[in-house]
Amino acid sequence: MSLFGSFFGRNTKTSAPVARDRLQILLAHERTGNGNESDLLNKLQAEILEVIKRHIAVDQDKVQVKLDRGNSVSMLEIDIEVPQQMRPSGQP
Amino acid sequence: MAKVLVVTSGKGGVGKTTSTAALGVALAQTGQNVVVVDFDVGLRNLDLVMGAERRVVFDLINVIQGDAKLSQALIRDKRIETLSILPASQTRDKDALTTEGVASVMAQLREKFDWVICDSPAGIERGAQLAMYHADHAIVVTNPEVSSVRDSDRIIGMLDSTTEKAKGGGKIEKHLLLTRYDPARAARGEMLRIEDVLEILSIPLLGIIPESEEVLRASNLGAPVTLSSPDSPPARAYAEAARRLEGEKLEVTVPVERKGLLARLFKGKS
Repeated sequence: MSLFGSFFGRNTKTSAPVARDRLQILLAHERTGNGNESDLLNKLQAEILEVIKRHIAVDQDKVQVKLDRGNSVSMLEIDIEVPQQMRPSGQP
Repeated sequence: MAKVLVVTSGKGGVGKTTSTAALGVALAQTGQNVVVVDFDVGLRNLDLVMGAERRVVFDLINVIQGDAKLSQALIRDKRIETLSILPASQTRDKDALTTEGVASVMAQLREKFDWVICDSPAGIERGAQLAMYHADHAIVVTNPEVSSVRDSDRIIGMLDSTTEKAKGGGKIEKHLLLTRYDPARAARGEMLRIEDVLEILSIPLLGIIPESEEVLRASNLGAPVTLSSPDSPPARAYAEAARRLEGEKLEVTVPVERKGLLARLFKGKS
């Protein structure tokens, strides 16, 4: 196999290395316990929104949550559309 | 002492039944007493792949429910004296498999045979869990393809947590059987390489079964490939895998077509 490999060289445009990398990232996350991660993210999302709501009136539909799971670092992105006139919700 | 082996994968269609049949034949050909057990209740196919579909009278569920004796349900292979098959029921579903019933059948099979090979249904539900529960060894059948590898990873996790061995603090012995492998495509970077799959799943390699027309031919005929064309690359790969199961230390290679190689060597010279 390695003979074949060195013969043809490892073409960077081939799809197998992509498959391998995708699997490694995915499984690294799945192995840490299924469901736990989404629980944590749900909690984070709820609590972060709670804190923001204390200061700004937030429309639930204008909140976007994105997740990008990387090899060593995951990115949790929370996009909140803030109205032009920032009206603190606590004070009338 | 009998060894109980489960052939499992999570994903369907990767070659569990084909591999069960081929390994069953290969082990029985050495004179050991082997039984292949179909756990795919409701979707039985091991009988068909083994060419025993017209001889099924009683099945695993009949035995579990006490409607038949184990000896009545076992079908002796006509070609290999030491090989038997215990078919699954085609009319029932997996709920008919009880934990106690399966335990009792497995205990009886352990007394009668040297090898008990359980062909697991696809999925991770009851049927698959019961198929693996009593196993000492597990063969994880995997295709070099992303969804199969992911499902195999899930199954490996279950083997380490929900089996009798795991619950008793022991470890089930796991073996990777890579099927439908195409060395040429892997060399061109179009298919996951053996090393990739091994690195990701990190369980020992039992064998590599090359993609081959012989496998479909074998199931068409109802004769496992190790019986229908023993010199073909997949049959030789299965035979070597069986020897490794028995503890032989053999280097894992991908068998190639013998005739094909010669034909290629002498091409144009005649």
